[in-house]
Amino acid sequence: MFPLPLLAQGAQPRIVVIGGGFAGATAARFLKRADPRLNVTLVEPNPVFAACPFSNEVIASLRDMRAQLFGYDRIATAGVVVAHQAATALDGQARTVTLGNGAKLAYDRLVLAPGSDLRFDALPGYDAAAAERMPHAWKAGEQTLLLRRQLEAMEDGGTVVMTLPALPYRCPPASYERASLIAHYLKTKKPRSKLVVLDAKDTFSMQRLFENAWQELYPNLEWVPVSSGGNPTGVDAAAMTVSSDFDTYKAAVANIIPPQKAGRIAELAGTADRTGWCPVDPVTFESRLVPGIHVLGDAAIAGAVPKSAFAANAAAKICASAVAKLVFGEAPAAPKFVNTCYSLVAPDYGISIAGVYQPVNGQWLEVEGAGGISPVDAPRAFRNQEAKFANGWFNTITSEIFG
Amino acid sequence: MVAPLPANAVRKPGDHKGRPYSRVVNAAMKARHAFMVMVVCAGMTAASAAEVPPGAASCTGCHAEKPNVDTPVPRLAEQDANAMVAAMQAYRSGQRPATVMDRIAKGFSDDEIKAIAAWFVMQR
Repeated sequence: MFPLPLLAQGAQPRIVVIGGGFAGATAARFLKRADPRLNVTLVEPNPVFAACPFSNEVIASLRDMRAQLFGYDRIATAGVVVAHQAATALDGQARTVTLGNGAKLAYDRLVLAPGSDLRFDALPGYDAAAAERMPHAWKAGEQTLLLRRQLEAMEDGGTVVMTLPALPYRCPPASYERASLIAHYLKTKKPRSKLVVLDAKDTFSMQRLFENAWQELYPNLEWVPVSSGGNPTGVDAAAMTVSSDFDTYKAAVANIIPPQKAGRIAELAGTADRTGWCPVDPVTFESRLVPGIHVLGDAAIAGAVPKSAFAANAAAKICASAVAKLVFGEAPAAPKFVNTCYSLVAPDYGISIAGVYQPVNGQWLEVEGAGGISPVDAPRAFRNQEAKFANGWFNTITSEIFG
Repeated sequence: MVAPLPANAVRKPGDHKGRPYSRVVNAAMKARHAFMVMVVCAGMTAASAAEVPPGAASCTGCHAEKPNVDTPVPRLAEQDANAMVAAMQAYRSGQRPATVMDRIAKGFSDDEIKAIAAWFVMQR
């Protein structure tokens, strides 16, 4: 069932990890922890990682961008070779990765964690150039700051328009958190302004919790689901208009979250299917399409498991343990994992959704009776506590990966 | 079967100046060689002495391993294994108030909880 290792025992198997985000950086670091004999290289073009979780607070002028930035020094100290290059080509047969500087890395196992790419061919009018005028801010960094500055510069009274795509995409709850925190910003700083959220969906994660909170806190937020004509149909970045099935809106600020797919290298590797995402084995995260390549994080189709930073980190730890066994011809342990996603409806008002997952018949399924959302009726103190735990989670997970 | 590790692959305690995660590597490496360690780790089978029990890897997403992390979430390495098991069982039954641990504990059996608690004790 598990192929014999290609190397003599005692040699140093070479693992290359492409992508230094929550999944990839975790995988690289935990591969070394699982077995120091492994020769691990992390390929990540950016020398500084900008974290998406809590970037909505930066956008809403509640948090400094510096709190989102992390370097790779500690990962290097842990024994991972960090190559700040892009992976420009790969050969699944020869088992090599080519980097932007021309260097070629040979691997025994490859881990792809390229995250989600925005599709600039999906929403009419929304291409890469349009994103400079109507930010997606769905990858953190410059886009985060661009959207924040646009909101700060907006005249009071202007309308902010957000568009949300159909599933699947990176961290759906975060898009509703963003709506909440933008509404919070407008309520406190631009009280004559309002936020219109055009959604390709009718239902979403933690919907009752969000809607109850919006009713209580944000009369300035109007959510338009698809069945009310809210499906986004196109944008005109020059004119700053956003169209839906029923209407066209003039936006003072437009945040367009377009449809997405697995990061490009996953497609180049042959690991993506026609959905644009990568089918994998749940126990090992090995690609179902290309042996010897594992896919982690947003890029992977992981059954019931959501595309979240928490899940990316948890899955990476499982995959690291599995790969450390596979390269020596051993069977990986049967995994189980937990996801917990926190969303901030307001800085001191947190809600969460949790799940426990196990592999069943080749799929990650939720363990019945476990998981679920925060109680719908809970006192403010409960919401405060969840907000504190959310902050604690961010500090803990980033410390585990980058600290 | 895995070939014996070369002597220089096994780090000794203190080599990494007591940083907690190096103790994790250290513990795992020793367990591979010394299955007798299993006897101390209640609830673990022979083959899995050095393996992370199902679910345990996810815990450190919220339960910090390193010191100096600003979080109200308790550290697992500081707790007694029996206390951890009792806490998880109380969360699972609803006896102990929780924000999220009840929802998580409901995903694990007694054996799984004991294995996770024992594994965290081994990480000290």
